[in-house]
Amino acid sequence: MEDDAPVIYGLEFQARALTAQVAESDAIHFLVGTQSLSLKCENQVHQIDFDDENNIINKNVFLHREGEIWSISASPCDKQILATVYNKTSQSKAEMQAAVWKMPTNFDSTISDDNAANAPTLELLTKLESEEDNSDVKCVLWHPSGENTDIISLTDNHIMQWDLEASGGTAKLSSSIVFEAKGKPKFTCAQWNPHHNCTQVVTANDTSIRGWDLRTKQQVYIIENAHGQLVRDLDFNPNKQYYLASCGDDCKTRFWDIRHTDKPLVVLSDHSHWVWNVRYNHFHDQLVLTSSSDSRVILNNAMSISSEPFGHQMDDDDEEDAENEEDVKERSTMKDGVISVYEEHEDSVYAVAWSTVDPWLFASLSYDGRLVINRVPRATKYQILL
Amino acid sequence: MLKMYYGISQDAADVAELTSTPCDLNGVNFEPDTYLGKLLKERSLTELMDKESEMVRDIKALDSDMQTLVYENYNKFISATDTIRKMKNDFKKMEDEMDHLSTNMAAITEFSGRISTTLQDRRQQITKLSGVHTLLKKLQFLFELPTRLKKCIDMEAYSQAVRYYTKARKVLLQYEHIASFQRIQYDCNVIVQQLRGKLREQFHDKESGTKQLAECVDLLLQLDEPAEDLCEEFLSHARQKLDIDLAELEKQVRLQSGEQVLPSGDAQSATDAYLQTPMDVLEFVDCGCNNFLSNMCLVIASYNDMFLNRLQQEDLDVIAMSKLVQFVNALTEKYFHFVQQRIQQETETGDNTILVRALDRFHRRLQAMNKLLPGTDFSSAGTDIVSKAARDRVNHYLQTLKQHFSDCLTDIRQHLAAPRLLGKDGNSSCNLAELLHTFSSSLLDQVKSVLANLQAFIASDITFAMKPYFRGQFCSQDVREGLVVAFIRHIAVVADEFCETAREKGIAAPALLLIMSRLCVNLEESTISYVLTLVDEQFMIDDTTRGTMSSQLCGELKDAAQKLLNCYVRVQGLMISQMLRKSVETRDWLNTIEPRNVRAVMKRVVEDVTCIDGEVGRLYEEGVRRDRSSDSTKRSTSRPATRSNWSFTPSTIDNSLMSNIQKLFSERIEIFSTVEFSKVSVLTGIIKISLKTFLECVRLRTFGRYGLQQIQVDAHYLQLYLWRFVSDENLVHFLLDEIVGSALHRCLDPVTMENSVIDLICERG
Repeated sequence: MEDDAPVIYGLEFQARALTAQVAESDAIHFLVGTQSLSLKCENQVHQIDFDDENNIINKNVFLHREGEIWSISASPCDKQILATVYNKTSQSKAEMQAAVWKMPTNFDSTISDDNAANAPTLELLTKLESEEDNSDVKCVLWHPSGENTDIISLTDNHIMQWDLEASGGTAKLSSSIVFEAKGKPKFTCAQWNPHHNCTQVVTANDTSIRGWDLRTKQQVYIIENAHGQLVRDLDFNPNKQYYLASCGDDCKTRFWDIRHTDKPLVVLSDHSHWVWNVRYNHFHDQLVLTSSSDSRVILNNAMSISSEPFGHQMDDDDEEDAENEEDVKERSTMKDGVISVYEEHEDSVYAVAWSTVDPWLFASLSYDGRLVINRVPRATKYQILL
Repeated sequence: MLKMYYGISQDAADVAELTSTPCDLNGVNFEPDTYLGKLLKERSLTELMDKESEMVRDIKALDSDMQTLVYENYNKFISATDTIRKMKNDFKKMEDEMDHLSTNMAAITEFSGRISTTLQDRRQQITKLSGVHTLLKKLQFLFELPTRLKKCIDMEAYSQAVRYYTKARKVLLQYEHIASFQRIQYDCNVIVQQLRGKLREQFHDKESGTKQLAECVDLLLQLDEPAEDLCEEFLSHARQKLDIDLAELEKQVRLQSGEQVLPSGDAQSATDAYLQTPMDVLEFVDCGCNNFLSNMCLVIASYNDMFLNRLQQEDLDVIAMSKLVQFVNALTEKYFHFVQQRIQQETETGDNTILVRALDRFHRRLQAMNKLLPGTDFSSAGTDIVSKAARDRVNHYLQTLKQHFSDCLTDIRQHLAAPRLLGKDGNSSCNLAELLHTFSSSLLDQVKSVLANLQAFIASDITFAMKPYFRGQFCSQDVREGLVVAFIRHIAVVADEFCETAREKGIAAPALLLIMSRLCVNLEESTISYVLTLVDEQFMIDDTTRGTMSSQLCGELKDAAQKLLNCYVRVQGLMISQMLRKSVETRDWLNTIEPRNVRAVMKRVVEDVTCIDGEVGRLYEEGVRRDRSSDSTKRSTSRPATRSNWSFTPSTIDNSLMSNIQKLFSERIEIFSTVEFSKVSVLTGIIKISLKTFLECVRLRTFGRYGLQQIQVDAHYLQLYLWRFVSDENLVHFLLDEIVGSALHRCLDPVTMENSVIDLICERG
């Protein structure tokens, strides 16, 4: 098999929740949550293990009994722990709730292949329920440092910070920020800023992006009309503070400096429908993935606003002779723009995630349950590395 | 007969020699025997007899001829001998006479020598006396000189005084050592000094005319005044006059620019007040030409006369020349400056002819001046001004065109806004074509009139128009590139801006986008090439290869049109999808009642699409539809096969498999793709965007049984009405199937509605 060929894995259910298993540092693991309303079929969390050398996918299936999964996020401290946002349905109402789960450690992995119904069940650690606000949960964020066990859950108009016990047994609501404005706008998504001691959270509602300070519980900045239409997703540049990416229904991906919110730094408009997800590569932040309901995943190069704007070696090789510097310049002619377009999906791609282990690997998930694992093209990889 | 013989032998001796046969009696090769033989053989007896008698006759005639000739020659010879003898006698007599003459001449010479020796002494005396007389006369002149000079000065006959003085000066200088002469010289010098003073006074007098000045300078030069100083003084004097002219010009410029010229005193009369009104440009240039330039010419001419043509020293000549050039350059620079300012102020759109005539006059005068003063190059500076004026004009027209364009746009905006206020009954769309037509024709008219105006610059009676360095630049660079091409580019740029602003904020009315796009298409298809050809013809531009090609412009405009149309599709698509999104998001699909009606939103969508269809249909052609099935009119009853997919299969695996298989056979749909310039393509784009939004929104919701059924009804309703707008109805079917399929997936209690009931509801709605 050719090295660059994508690996495709089909789930039996529709799915829109995908995350990398953040705490796992050796194997390439992704977590996928399924969406099935059918009462007969239990929803599942698939732990996808990708064997890098043989290009083989192994999976572990865990049952998620509470309902269909809309969003999933893995704890950065304990690889067994994850949080999901799920839809709890009854005949007359559907509620979005969030819970923290623990994956069972000792199970027979052979069973899961044959009979999904017999798969081990996720152990419920705690539900994130609060009397203060029981509206629909949008997403759950883990403290980005990986040392703290704080969790943030985002509801229609609350940002709630929970203090999770080390074992994860209980979660205590430590603080909450209420968002009130004219017309009762609802949050759609949020991202925890990994810089500045993790004291900031950025949220999106309709076409605006808002930054919040967790200490003062105040809004610190706002980008009005960040997108022509609904903002779908946000992501912080992990290596360069103040830099934020956003995407939305106007088919665009925009990059912001949150200190100058009047206009975006760069606008990408390569998708032909809504952009649902934008993700920075954590190792080389010039690589940005976007996924869209035009069933494409696009790998973009945002070299000019990355933390390595002039190529990787600039800092290391300062003393080297001019000839080499010219070399560097030549390489840094690598331009902003699309690196490659991945068209393996046939339905809308709602989620995309970089591997936390291999910087050149990522997974994307389309609504029809197709998970595709792809790599950054070799040429680009060498261009960045060399 | 002899003549005959000779004649032949002389004229055609060669021929006779060659051609004569032995039988030819007159030939050279005549052989009597052969001839006789031949005669005997060939002739009869009587003929022979005749021949014989003829021959005898010939012989006799020849004999007598010969005798006459000999006689005549003899006579002539004798008379010649007589004549020679007579001549000998005459010569002898003449020799004697010549000898006599020579002796006489010798006698005469002797006499004359004697006479001259006797007269020698007298002559010397006379010469001496006459010398003394002239000397005395000169002395008298010298003694009288001071009084004469005084008299001359009193009579203001300066030139005569100078003439006297110059005559006497040398002598006086020579005999300086004699006391009396010294005295005279002193007197003279005093008077001359006085004269000089007077002359200078006259020289400095402002009132004295140029001719007078010239005279003064002439005299002063004769009085050995330093030429350099005189040059300078002359020039500074001339400058004063010219400065007045320039000041007048400057005042005009200021007046034109609206500055209040400070009244120099209260005594200013009504005429001054009249002068306060600015002249028009032709008058201005005329004034400049008549006053400044003609004075300048006069100055140059007199200067040439005075200083340049007479100074013997080459180096002085050079200095004088350089002074003049410097002077003229400084002044003309100022003059040019004013003219340029004045011409720049000429910005009203009015007729060009006056401006052009003014420029022409200006140019001509400059050329005349150029001839006068060879060392300078005013005409190039002048041409610079002219071409700058022309360029300014072109730029001005470009601004006007742009202004006109934006005015048109505002007009259209208002037109579009007005009926919209009255009501959305479709009135707004019916005049789109009309608006477009007036818009484009007014643009074209404007361009044409501007071109016609600009043609004044290259009219055949204008001198500068004939200069290749002006003409080439003006026609191809200014008019073609600077005006027409720039204007077309401007349209494209405005179009681009429209797209940007529309995408960012959605300000631009969609209909305006549509009109603009159609305008660009029109321009691209016909107008550009027409206008460019018009320009090339009117301005006789031969070398069009250097300029921007029309194909290039067409490409730019086509891009702009495409962008605008795409933008239109997006804006309209977004409006409809916004409606759909709100309608899906705000409803509680779990607890809805059994569908009785098509939702009002769907009717609204169909209405809007119909409205857009009407709008687009007025401006764009129908376009091509793909394989429209013949039964599409009876849409409601057809397509049971695909419909069966909707029936719920309990296995989700099967279901996703089914949809996957279905997708395998259908092409990937580009949602926000570019559209073609046709109604169908535009509508397809809009509907695609709307339905895709519908699909994505449905996927985010959870449905109850009746929610699903409502979606079924809505989708069917859309299907009933939307197929007719799109190029490929399967596209609509596919997207609607996806919507219903997704709703089915998201349904807690998936029970579908009977097709017949759906039909019934839709027909009722």
